[in-house]
Amino acid sequence: MPKLGDLASVIRSKNAGPFQVTIDIMFANAADYRRVLDASTFTAAEVARRYHIAERDVAVIAFERVHAVKITIPRRWGTRGSGSAGDRDVYGAQQHGPLVDLEIA
Amino acid sequence: MTDELRIVAVNGMLGYGYELASLEAGIAAKPHLIGCDSGSTDAGPYYLGSGNALVRTDQIYRDLKPALVAAVKNDIPFVVGSAGFAGAKPNLELALEVVHRICREEDLHFKLGVIPSDVEKKVVFDALAAGDIQPMPSAPCLTREDIEHSAHIVGQIGTEPYISAFEQGAQVVIAGRSCDTAIYAALPIWRGYDPGLALHMAKIMECGAQCGIPLAPNDCLMGTMRNDHFLVRPLAEYRVCTPESVAAHTMYEQGNPFLLYEPEGVVDTRDAEFTQLDRQTVRVAGSKYMPSEKLMIKLEGARRVGARAFTIAGARDRHVIANLDAIEEAVTAAVRRNLNAQAREEGYQLHFRHYGKDGVLGELEPSGVAPAEVGILIEAIAPTQALASYVLSLARSSYLHCPFTGRKATAGNLAFPFSPSDFEGGDVYEFSLYHLMRVKDQNALFPVEMETI
Repeated sequence: MPKLGDLASVIRSKNAGPFQVTIDIMFANAADYRRVLDASTFTAAEVARRYHIAERDVAVIAFERVHAVKITIPRRWGTRGSGSAGDRDVYGAQQHGPLVDLEIA
Repeated sequence: MTDELRIVAVNGMLGYGYELASLEAGIAAKPHLIGCDSGSTDAGPYYLGSGNALVRTDQIYRDLKPALVAAVKNDIPFVVGSAGFAGAKPNLELALEVVHRICREEDLHFKLGVIPSDVEKKVVFDALAAGDIQPMPSAPCLTREDIEHSAHIVGQIGTEPYISAFEQGAQVVIAGRSCDTAIYAALPIWRGYDPGLALHMAKIMECGAQCGIPLAPNDCLMGTMRNDHFLVRPLAEYRVCTPESVAAHTMYEQGNPFLLYEPEGVVDTRDAEFTQLDRQTVRVAGSKYMPSEKLMIKLEGARRVGARAFTIAGARDRHVIANLDAIEEAVTAAVRRNLNAQAREEGYQLHFRHYGKDGVLGELEPSGVAPAEVGILIEAIAPTQALASYVLSLARSSYLHCPFTGRKATAGNLAFPFSPSDFEGGDVYEFSLYHLMRVKDQNALFPVEMETI
């Protein structure tokens, strides 16, 4: 079974402000994009499980025009926003890891 | 209204550098505006809290000088938004010092518009009491204490104060914390162009040539505003824009790729069409502007939470690596035992991170592979630097010699790369505000200060 990280041409995360992280997953063609969107394993519930957050806090937005999917979640590290005590990733640039090995069924 | 308005974005962040040939190509096209974004919240709350810039003053000077000189000598309006990174008074002053220095060196004279973005605490208290404040998504609700303890509070300036500066004859505008879009959209909106197209173009331009291939936040981009569409083109000959690269950039750092929320309204890019015009240029049309009933200004605040001390060391012994949690539990208890009551009362935090194991993702790390070695970061945060350094010192020595079940390497648990091992990290801040405030008059909140140089 292919993994999300294999099918994506770009998979990246970044802060969307100090309290949210947004993950962009882009595909080189419509087939890969469609395959991921239609996969039974690619769900908001699965994202929530992997980031230890509630499903209602996960926004998944498909961007057909550029064969991309955006996932926006609350920031997981820091006591109060990016760069606060206990943060691990101030820019949020390495937070896509939990999704890379997601199997696309 | 002129046929078109040409705008040059110097780069995505003043101080990151750009290619001088790109700027020269931009100037040769006789632009109506040169702009530059200079700030962000990306690097965390320290810069707003402390008033320091992310980049060194020398970097600001290096980037600002050729652009400012070219703009003034060619009589092209020049705008810098989010000056000094966070836009608070000390940030803005730091940027203005560089501007004045360049003007002295180059004997430049012009009308300067300065737009401070500091928001008085009283204004925020009143807005909170009136129910005019709401948190941004995932941000906590605001309390009076959050406002009270903030070192600095700024608001993101929208297009109107920039327009006011132009109306007052400003040839150069240096503004505090700004909506990235205001820097580039104010002039076209003032000249009567469609706000939806102007804001969408500005959103693309604020990162410099980041929307190009190869992408580069550290290079210039040309935006051309027209009646019913706009064009974007990288100013380096070898760089191109494609419909995909420009459309994809619209989603960068945005929670929602289709809706751009600005103080005065929302831009809906769902029906935007991106077409290749020539080798380098993309044409964009169809973005729609929906004005909002209420003017909402985004507030950012930072408060000091203490000072940091840290050390970094390696563990290579497999028994140490297998017992990190047990060791750290013992270290935490030992530090607490060794501190006097007063220090315990002042409060402190002790954090451990394990690079090579789960330093970036913590409990979210899915790999579960046993590493051969681990980089251990020990961090102490306390109200004073002295206490943070003291807590770290206790934790470091305790970690080095901590006994645990099955220990065989009894001489020491850590490999320190440095002598001295401990570092002072200085003040630690956090975002006290990241909220929207309903505002009646943006020009009253961000009045322009005119100055003749």
